[in-house]
Amino acid sequence: MPAMPGKTLYDKIWNAHLVAEDPNGESILYIDLHLIHEVTTPQAFSGLRTHHRPVRRPDLTLAVADHNIPTEGQALGVDAVADPEARLQLQTLGRNVKDFGIEFFPMGDIRNGIVHVVGPEQGRTQPGMTIVCGDSHTSTHGAFGALAHGIGTSEVEHVLATQTLRTRKSSNMRVTFVGEPIPGVGAKDYALALIGQIGTGGGTGCVIEYAGPAIEALSIEGRMTLCNLTIEGGARAGLVAPDEKTFAYLMGKPAAPKGAAWDMAVSYWRGFFSDPDAHFDRELTIDVSKIAPTVTWGTSPEDVVAVDGVVPDPASFASEDKQAGAARALEYMGLTAGQKITDAKVQRVFIGSCTNSRIEDLRQAAAIAQTALDRGLRVADGVRAMVVPGSGLVKEEAEAEGLDQVFLAAGFEWREPGCSMCLGMNPDRLSPEERCASTSNRNFEGRQGRGGRTHLMSPAMAAATAIKGHIADVREFL
Amino acid sequence: MQKFDLLQGVAAPMPAANIDTDQIIPKQFLKTVEREGLGKGLFYDFRFDLEGQEKPEFVLNQPAYKGVRVLIAGDNFGCGSSREHAPWALLDFGIRCVVSTSFADIFYNNCFQNGLLPAIVSAADLHALMGEAKGANHVFAVDLQAQTISAPSGQVVSFQIDAGRKEKLLKGLDAIGETLVHETDIDRFEDKRRLARPWAA
Repeated sequence: MPAMPGKTLYDKIWNAHLVAEDPNGESILYIDLHLIHEVTTPQAFSGLRTHHRPVRRPDLTLAVADHNIPTEGQALGVDAVADPEARLQLQTLGRNVKDFGIEFFPMGDIRNGIVHVVGPEQGRTQPGMTIVCGDSHTSTHGAFGALAHGIGTSEVEHVLATQTLRTRKSSNMRVTFVGEPIPGVGAKDYALALIGQIGTGGGTGCVIEYAGPAIEALSIEGRMTLCNLTIEGGARAGLVAPDEKTFAYLMGKPAAPKGAAWDMAVSYWRGFFSDPDAHFDRELTIDVSKIAPTVTWGTSPEDVVAVDGVVPDPASFASEDKQAGAARALEYMGLTAGQKITDAKVQRVFIGSCTNSRIEDLRQAAAIAQTALDRGLRVADGVRAMVVPGSGLVKEEAEAEGLDQVFLAAGFEWREPGCSMCLGMNPDRLSPEERCASTSNRNFEGRQGRGGRTHLMSPAMAAATAIKGHIADVREFL
Repeated sequence: MQKFDLLQGVAAPMPAANIDTDQIIPKQFLKTVEREGLGKGLFYDFRFDLEGQEKPEFVLNQPAYKGVRVLIAGDNFGCGSSREHAPWALLDFGIRCVVSTSFADIFYNNCFQNGLLPAIVSAADLHALMGEAKGANHVFAVDLQAQTISAPSGQVVSFQIDAGRKEKLLKGLDAIGETLVHETDIDRFEDKRRLARPWAA
């Protein structure tokens, strides 16, 4: 009898959640955790009401208010939100969670924050789980070895009603990161380098498992940054097999199992790894020692350049369409082919978002700010730099460590938590032609405000850029 | 969900690759609590200048493409966010079919929840269709049952779609209703889950 073929981590999570398979090729997967927020749920709840359907498992659902909340004055409450549409959306979520019995951390609650910061912080995100949310950056939770991805609003309604998702299995892709990074390079640079290599559609149809010594060496929060950006490479979900670091990170979190249940859970979680003989449809290896601190120059996350590099010439692209795309991107970005990327002056800096707003991100940025202060430097004239912590609890922790004081002394603004200028649904956004160093995830045209010019980079790079007033190499501050 | 079987109408070319969901429907339109009315925000920054005036050069503003029903688009259409507002906006504008070589996963799924057909064709066929859509006569016919797109020159191109998705689109099935047929399977799964993973309840 032939041996059973090895299974990937993705295969194992999939198999553990398969409820039924329909003859039409769709599978019904059980969902362990459904995270919801104000923007992609109102129409889902109306659908439930129309069909008189209850929420099957409110206890497996958690709601936050993050996308459109202001980053100041949150204590005044939803009624004080200036934008009437945002206010109505927030009030609608408040009514929906009440009517359907769902746990909710409203704006101003210290546990509230960006949905992908809150889930892990509360210990709701656990290895081996299936997690969905009406937000594409749900891939973040894959850092714990959970199958996590974004869904649309119709699917949100489906999960609310059935606690399952109708879906099709993706291909298995593995990216192995080897080598040791140079100082100043981390998870954000790994992700940008990978997307630069495979392209923004490169992972379409795949779930990507990240493996190798450089991944094992990453902190859990670094893994979250990497998994978060997986969607920017076109793959719905990223995964890292859980290890001792994962368990240590989870232990003691509010929703993590306790006592005997903890031991039982850890032994269950230890089963989630790819077998040595598991088959991957695609494999890629990246040597992180070759990655420089990386920034984007264009309007797609695949438009990356090393910080000591130059803006590319559209003529250097292979196809006519790519050349036209690059030329349009340069025009939009107000850049010239061949110019040093460090010559690009910025007016705004945004440190935050589900990609980079956790305590380690803030520590890294604050360390640069402190070095600047030690050298008698502050945020450059003409630059407005905002730091937006990922949650109320991250904010509290940062303040306990004095990071807020470092930021404020160096001329950064210290804001209240939320998605903020990552997508500019709240008042934090760019004006036309304003250039911004941003730790977020998308440099699309208009993403941070119509006509705004976004350069993606790590928190330390963004802090260095704030001090210099132009895109800067973090290594100058190490 | 509305069914899709046959469609005949104006096809418009948008050859740029990686048209993302922020471009399809910018953020300021996501604050609605309704599904309807999003057509006004479709490709807003392409259609209107900073003063809110129509940009005459944008394809969907050109008289020849009024009443557009089919979009012929560059690779990796719909990348970016999970916002279902993107297919809602396309539909509200009158577009029932987008043709490309590839679609981002979440956008692709969202289309099928709403009766919007994302038709996948080869690069060569996309090039040919793009050329015809740019021509003087650009009324196309889309036949889901036959999986074909007929261009005005008489050229017929076939597109890919898996059988399950095709059937759902042809019948306009309600996914939740279909899943609730499996309610006892879900009950049984939850019983097993409670025993195997009591900490997860």
